Amino acid sequence: MLSFTRWKATLILMTAFVVIMLAAPNVLPQSWVDRLPRAMRTHMTLGLDLQGGVHLLLQVDANDVRRVQLENLRDDVRRVLRDSRIQVQGLGFQGNAVVARLREGQNGDLALTELRKIPQMIGGAFSTSGQYDAEVSRSGDTFTVTATEAGIRDKVSRAVTQSIEVIRRRIDATGTTEPIIQRQGLDRILLQVPGAKNPEEIKKFIGDVAKLEFRLVDQSMRVEEAIASRPPADSVILYEEVKEGNRVVQQVPYLIQRRAIVTGEDLIDAQAAFNAQQAEWVINFRFNASGGRKFAQATTENVNRPFAIILDNKVISAPVIREPILGGSGQISGRFTAESSATLALLLRAGALPAPLTFVEERTVGASLGQDSITAGTNAALIGSAFVVVFMFATYGLFGLFANIAVLVNVLMMFGLLSLIGATLTLPGIAGVVLTVGMAVDSNVLIFERIREEAHSGRSVMASIDGGFTKAMGTIMDANITQLITSVILFYLGTGPVKGFALTLGLGIITTMFTAITFTRYLVVLWLRWFKPVRIPL
Amino acid sequence: MRLLRIIPDNTKIDFMRLRPYAFMLSMALQIVTLVGFLTFGLDVGIDFKGGTLVELQTKEGTANVGELRTRLTRASVGEVQLQEFGGPNLVLVRYGEQPGGEEGQQAALRRVRALVDADYEVRRTEVVGPTVSSELVQMSVVGVILSIFAVLVYLWLRFEWQFAVGAMIATLHDVTAMMTFYVVTRADFDISSIAALLTVIGYSLNDTVVIYDRIREMMRKHKRMEATELLNLAINSTLARTTITAMTTFLALLALFFFGGEVIRGFTSSMLIGVIVGTYSSSFIAAPILIYLGLKAGGFGATSSEATEPQAAEAKAKA
Repeated sequence: MLSFTRWKATLILMTAFVVIMLAAPNVLPQSWVDRLPRAMRTHMTLGLDLQGGVHLLLQVDANDVRRVQLENLRDDVRRVLRDSRIQVQGLGFQGNAVVARLREGQNGDLALTELRKIPQMIGGAFSTSGQYDAEVSRSGDTFTVTATEAGIRDKVSRAVTQSIEVIRRRIDATGTTEPIIQRQGLDRILLQVPGAKNPEEIKKFIGDVAKLEFRLVDQSMRVEEAIASRPPADSVILYEEVKEGNRVVQQVPYLIQRRAIVTGEDLIDAQAAFNAQQAEWVINFRFNASGGRKFAQATTENVNRPFAIILDNKVISAPVIREPILGGSGQISGRFTAESSATLALLLRAGALPAPLTFVEERTVGASLGQDSITAGTNAALIGSAFVVVFMFATYGLFGLFANIAVLVNVLMMFGLLSLIGATLTLPGIAGVVLTVGMAVDSNVLIFERIREEAHSGRSVMASIDGGFTKAMGTIMDANITQLITSVILFYLGTGPVKGFALTLGLGIITTMFTAITFTRYLVVLWLRWFKPVRIPL
Repeated sequence: MRLLRIIPDNTKIDFMRLRPYAFMLSMALQIVTLVGFLTFGLDVGIDFKGGTLVELQTKEGTANVGELRTRLTRASVGEVQLQEFGGPNLVLVRYGEQPGGEEGQQAALRRVRALVDADYEVRRTEVVGPTVSSELVQMSVVGVILSIFAVLVYLWLRFEWQFAVGAMIATLHDVTAMMTFYVVTRADFDISSIAALLTVIGYSLNDTVVIYDRIREMMRKHKRMEATELLNLAINSTLARTTITAMTTFLALLALFFFGGEVIRGFTSSMLIGVIVGTYSSSFIAAPILIYLGLKAGGFGATSSEATEPQAAEAKAKA
C-alpha cells in the first residue's frame, strides 16, 4: 500500500496539475487567454446572482399550439373533401378532433381514402417514430379526424425550438451580449441576460408574437351587419385599437378575409423611418421575390379596394389600394412613435414567434447586489477555509498540514473541473465550495483517526499508517457515495442556483475522493521516505 | 507540539444507556414539530406559493419600514410583507400572486416600483407564477423522497437491510428536526431550504455510514460481544472522527453564515442546525436503533432467517 511506483506518483501529480491548470484562464489576464488554443480557454461564468441581470422563464402556450393545429386540420379536411368533390353537411370541432358529416348519397369510401392521406408521420416522412399526428375514424357518414397527443406534443416541441431561434435573433438585434437561451422541459425556455437591469426592456422584445399579415378587407357585407348577424365563413371581425398614451380609447371594427395575401415570413427587411410629408413615424419594408409577386398580383386585382395590415390579429391600418404596388416594397403607418416603430421593425426583421409566450418566472438581480454577493462569497470562502485549516493544524499538527495541502489541491481541482464544463458559479455554488472544504477534510480525519488507533494498539509506524489508509478506504467510499447520490439527485431536480450548489457539492465529493485516496497518501509516503520517523506525531 | 483533542482518547460513554432519553427527546421534538406544523404551518416562500419579492435599498440613510408599509398600500397588491433584510438600509418586500395573469403581475410590480423609485433602489426582483411554484413543490418532494430511497437501496446492497432501515429512520428524524427549525423561526421555506435539507440528508447519512461501517467491522471481529457493548464500542471509537468532521463542517458553515451575505443566510442557518442534528442522530439514533431491528450478539446472523428469528441467532451465538 505504501509503495508508490514512479509512474503512479507522476500520474497522480500530473492529473492534479492538469485539472488545476484548467482553472487558470479564470485568473489569467485576458490578453494571455486569447493566445491559448481554443480548447484550453476553459473558464467559469458568473451566475446572474453574482454579476446581476435578468432571468426569465417563458412558456410556450400549448393551448394556442393545439388550437392552431386543430384549425389547420379543419382546413385540411375541408380542402381534401372539396378537391374530391364530396359535399359536406357540417364541419366542426369536438374536443381534439375535427368532425365532418357528409351530405346523403356522397361517396363515403372515397372520403375515407382521401381523409386518410391527411395524417403525417411525426418527425417527417423518413422518421421511424411510427406515430402519426392525426387519426381518422368513420361511423356511417360521420368522419372524425383526431389530433393525437403525440402530434400536439411534437408541435409544441417544435414551437419551442423555433421560438428559441426567434428570441435569439431578437435579443441579438438589441445588441445584448451573451444571453443564455435554453430549452427547459417540454414547453419552457430559459432566458438569461447578464447585465440587464429592467426585465420590461427585454420583455418588450420577446413578449409579442409579431405576426404580420396583409389581408383584403371583405366588402361583401357591412361590418355592422356582420357583427349583428354572422360574418361570412371566409372572414372574421378584427379591431383597430385607437390609443391615447397607453390607454385604448376606441376599437374600430373591420370585416377581414381569413386568407392572408402575404405574411411577415416573406419580409426581408423592415426599417423605422420618419415620413416628413405626413409628419409621422412609419416602417419601410421589403418583400422577398415570391412575396413581392403575390403582393403585386393582389394589389393589381384589387385597385380602389381597401386591404388591412394586421399585427397579432389587430388591425394596424386599412388603406385603400390606389394603384398596384409592384416594386415589392412598401410602408406601414399606424400612429407609431419613434420607439414603437423601431421596436416593431426589429421584431419584423427577427420574424414571428410560432406561438404566444407567457412569462412564468422572473428574477432580476441588480449589479450592486451581485457585487455585494461576490464580496460576501469571497470573504466567506477565505474565512471558512482559514477556520478549517487552523483547526486541522491544531488537531493533527504535521498531518493536519498534509490534509490542508490536500484540501487546497482539492479546491483548485474543483475549480478546474467547473471550468472544464464551463459551469456557472453562483452564490450557492460558492457555498457548496466552502461546505466542501469543511466536509472534504473528513476523509483525512477518517484516515488519521485510524492511524492513531493502529498506533495506540502498538503497531509500528509503517504498519499503523498502512493499516490506517487501508481500513479507512472502504468507509470513505461508502460515505462519499451516499453523499454523491443525494447531490446527483439535487442536481437533476434543482433549477438555477440550486443546481449550481449541487454541482459544486458533487464535484467536490469526486475531487475529495481523489485527493484523500491518492494525494494525502503520497504526501505521507514522501514524509516516511525522507524523514524515516520513529513515531507518528498524532 | 501539543495537539488539540476535543474528544479524549478511549471514551467510554454509554450511549446505549442514554438511548431511552435520546429517543424520548427526539420523539418529543417530533410531536412538537408536528403540532407546530399543523397549527402554524410553514412560512412558505414565493418559490412554492407564487408571488413577488422585491429587495430595496435606500438611496440615502436608513429605511423607514413603517412609512414604506403605508406607502405601499397605495399599490393595492393585497397584503404586503415587509422586513429589514441584513442591514438598516435594506428592505425585503413580498406580496402574493395578483389577479390578471402575467400582465397582472407586471402591472403590480410597476406600481410598486413607481411608488418607491424616488428614494429606493431596486436591488432584486423575483416573480414566480403558479405553474412554476406548484412544479417546484412537486420536484422538491420527489427529490427528498428519491434521495432517501436511493441511499436506502445503496445501503441495503452494501450492508444489510437493518442498516438501511436504521439510516432511513435517522434521516427522517433529521428532516423533521430541520422542519422544527422552519416552524419555530418562521424562516422562509423555499427552494434553497430544499437544497439545505438534501445537503443535510447527505451529511447525516455520511456520518451514519461511517459508524455503521465500524459496527459491521466489529461484528466480524467480536462475534460474541453483546450487542449493546458492541454498539457502544463502535460509537465511541468513531466519536473523535464524528466530532472533528462536525466541527470543520460547522466552522465552514459559520463563516458562510456570518460573511456569506443575507441572500444565503437562511440557507446556511438551517444547515448549521442540520449539521448538529445530523451528528446527534447518527450517534444517538441511527446506531442504537439497530438493537430494535434485531441486532444481537453474533450480529444479525450469518443468514437472513436468523436475523428475523432472534432466538435462533442467540442459540447460535451460545453454541
